[in-house]
Amino acid sequence: MEVTVTVNGSDQTHDIEPRVLLIDFIRTRVGLTGSHIGCDTSNCGACTVLFDGKPVKSCTVLAVQADGHAVTTVEGLKSNGTLHPIQAAFKEEHGLQCGFCTPGMMLVGAALIEANTEPSVDDVRWAISGNLCRCTGYMNIVTAIQTAAATGEG
Amino acid sequence: MTKVDDTTHMTTPPEIGGIGHRVRRHEDARFIEGQGNYLDDIVLPGMLHMAIVRSPVAHARITGIDTTAASEVEGVVAVVTGELMDQHGLAWMPTLSGDTQAVLATDKVRYQGQEVAAVIATDPAIAVDAAELVEVDYDILPAITTPQQALAPGAVLIRDEKEGQTDNRVYDWEAGDKAATDAAFAAADRVVSLSTFYPRSHPAPLETCGAIADVNSVTGQATIYMTSQAPHAHRTLFAMVTGLPEQNIRIISPDLGGGFGNKVPIYPGYVVATAASLLIGRPVKWIETRSENLISTGFARDYYMTGELAVTNEGKILGLRVQMLSDQGAFYADAQPTKFKAGLFHVVTGSYDYPAAHVVCSGAYTNKAPGGVAYRCSFRITEASFLIERLVQTAAYELGIDPAEMRFKNFIQPEQFPYHTPTGFVYDSGDYPTALRKALDEVGYDQLRAEQVAARAEGRLMGIGIAHFTEAVGAGPSHTYDIAGLKMFDSAELRVHPTGKAILKLGVMSQGQGHETTFAQIVAEELGIPVTDVKVMEGDTDNTPYGLGTYASRSTPVAGAATAMVSRQLAEKAKRIAAHLLEAAPEDIELKAGELFVKGTPARSVTIQDVSLAAYTNMPDGMEHGLEGVHYYDPPNLTYPYGSYIVVVEVDPETGVWKVERMVALDDCGVRINPMIVEGQIHGGLTEGFAMSSMQWITFDDDGNCIGSNFMDYLIPTAWETPRFELLETCVPSPHHPIGAKGVGESATVGSPAAYVNAVIDALAHLGVRNIDMPLLPDRVWSAIQSAQG
Repeated sequence: MEVTVTVNGSDQTHDIEPRVLLIDFIRTRVGLTGSHIGCDTSNCGACTVLFDGKPVKSCTVLAVQADGHAVTTVEGLKSNGTLHPIQAAFKEEHGLQCGFCTPGMMLVGAALIEANTEPSVDDVRWAISGNLCRCTGYMNIVTAIQTAAATGEG
Repeated sequence: MTKVDDTTHMTTPPEIGGIGHRVRRHEDARFIEGQGNYLDDIVLPGMLHMAIVRSPVAHARITGIDTTAASEVEGVVAVVTGELMDQHGLAWMPTLSGDTQAVLATDKVRYQGQEVAAVIATDPAIAVDAAELVEVDYDILPAITTPQQALAPGAVLIRDEKEGQTDNRVYDWEAGDKAATDAAFAAADRVVSLSTFYPRSHPAPLETCGAIADVNSVTGQATIYMTSQAPHAHRTLFAMVTGLPEQNIRIISPDLGGGFGNKVPIYPGYVVATAASLLIGRPVKWIETRSENLISTGFARDYYMTGELAVTNEGKILGLRVQMLSDQGAFYADAQPTKFKAGLFHVVTGSYDYPAAHVVCSGAYTNKAPGGVAYRCSFRITEASFLIERLVQTAAYELGIDPAEMRFKNFIQPEQFPYHTPTGFVYDSGDYPTALRKALDEVGYDQLRAEQVAARAEGRLMGIGIAHFTEAVGAGPSHTYDIAGLKMFDSAELRVHPTGKAILKLGVMSQGQGHETTFAQIVAEELGIPVTDVKVMEGDTDNTPYGLGTYASRSTPVAGAATAMVSRQLAEKAKRIAAHLLEAAPEDIELKAGELFVKGTPARSVTIQDVSLAAYTNMPDGMEHGLEGVHYYDPPNLTYPYGSYIVVVEVDPETGVWKVERMVALDDCGVRINPMIVEGQIHGGLTEGFAMSSMQWITFDDDGNCIGSNFMDYLIPTAWETPRFELLETCVPSPHHPIGAKGVGESATVGSPAAYVNAVIDALAHLGVRNIDMPLLPDRVWSAIQSAQG
């Protein structure tokens, strides 16, 4: 069946089987590979994207459910050639190592700081508790999200 | 004697960014914009997709495989079975530990999840659908799920195909001196013992394993994209397994989404995808699901350990006796230095000075996934460090000595380095008392002990756990260390181009450790080329020099040394070129932060960029053009990073839930090339230690069904559970490493589990509790409290 999803501001129309997951739609139909697949059971959050502005695990959403909705992926964070503050902060604070969880972490962080401009450590830790990282121990991810919030540009 | 060195090791300005600078990572630019290039991101023209049919049972004879229905599915190109692989001599393959492993099962399945057949199709979903239709008949056999069962008389033989194999024993191995140890125990006032089980765990990198094999049927060129921590070693083994000429095999390891040892072994999926591409003539992609990753690829630990310490009443250790039994799964498929069947487990004597130790190790086959990889650890040092630190803590309680004091009484002293351990290691350098004292001061140890007394009076359970670990990393010297015959050197090739920009090519492979930045900093330090002008390349066997790869914290100790050495080789040539340009004698030229000048006359100088240009445009007669070189570094010894970790916990007596209140971690890894990256590595390792001590374990039922086969059942700590860490450092450089670095990627995983467990046990020690096996789940802690209270 044909679905149209607005991905990073661009309408993407594809004819797909109803069982296609949003993550597969994004990766293999739209061709944006920044969102990753880490677990198949909605535990790891590597596939997190913003769905009408809210973080969702795109392995738990069928592409047909996104028909007519807007999705933002990591590729859509930068605007007018400028990094989103969350991207700059992840680099500055060494908030990533292997980079596999990073897109999901940044999108959750971006959504958090838009709603909460001064998140506490616990606010951040709770917000990212649906996203697993095997490398960093989360310390610098928390700092990065707080740093991005402090720019006031989230 | 070695001394704590408080200098910062910073000799270059920030714009050059040599050793000691917190240079922001070069690799981050692509990752933060979603432009990393992981295996599953790669799409080749005409690419097919592979799904693997796996055994649903742990032990069974295969009596029939029917692929008819699967073959008839539209879009299926081929169904590969063990029989087909066998026709090409590929049904079995060698492991990196000298065993053999089934690629696709032909006779029996030996663990749940073992590869039985593979479906190749035009679409990944079609491949999975068709795999469901492959019918396999199994004649069920009894499953063996522990090494104790495996070695019991009359146990069913798992490896019945293996010539000369009459029982389920993989190896027997020992280290140390039995007679000297027996004498030490005879002379002891007391013997303290501890039996503990380090449970099966899985590294579970967030990216699973996979491969894309692209074999050109005309040229025979095989390009294999693979999640490999050791692409060169894998290429050689591929050549040996498949018979393809090595020059026609190119292994490319793209960006890796973590590894932690899980991406060291060669997996059947890689071999089947390659064979399928060879037979079909199109690229074949295989990506594991998470469950496949957890049930079939390299697990870690699964060590049953008993340690005994011979001690005096005053707390002096006289000797150590250890027995270890390991569960290796169905195939001995980890990557172990050939001479060391139990890895470097014999480093179990730890950070303490005593003359005698005897370590006896055995390994057994079971009907569980193969492996025994060193999960973020240098060949089984995690298990060893855990045992000795738990044992010393136990001895302290039995003798009524403070656990910190017990360690101070027995530490190897700074003046004893290089220190020869009773099991054959030569520790390079260290100052253990200074490290532990600094950590104790930071945490406020004496005050905490006073608070503990007060807490107990109120019925609260508070514990303070200490671990002081010594690692042995950077394997290793070629006279002692090889894997499958390949000596464990590593290499660096450095090319400086006419404009003074450089490319550094390495035989190792980053999985997130930041090699593109760290190794560029070494070049910046040695040659003064700005760190941003140095590009680091890894992971492509056609375009990098041979090396054994990244695991066992060996990249900085071995490839880092190679980088320094090749840079120095180029520095010597640069001085000769500068001498020509400055009309001076080469021995009068000094190189400092990118300036080459005549000694005593700094005004007479040229830059490294001037020299680079001259190397291609204005060379003196008789000197070879160009500014490039390669160095193969054979380390003279391992390096021995160490640290003192202190954990403070509060245990809820009603529920057994424990919470980390403080985690103070002091690491000494010698010279820190990029302190920011080092700290990041330590954070990650402390988290993995917490994971293993609190929740991570792979379990099986009596029939060999893997219970922890997904992230709902195999628990990994989130940001919510993970403690906050307070980091400290000392710096005693390695005396034999060119820049004094020791390696750090695994220290915290090795050292921290004992600190967490010691803290919980310390909270219960006054009740008489001495051991709870990991993970310290609340019900286990609660049960221990109940039992102790009668």
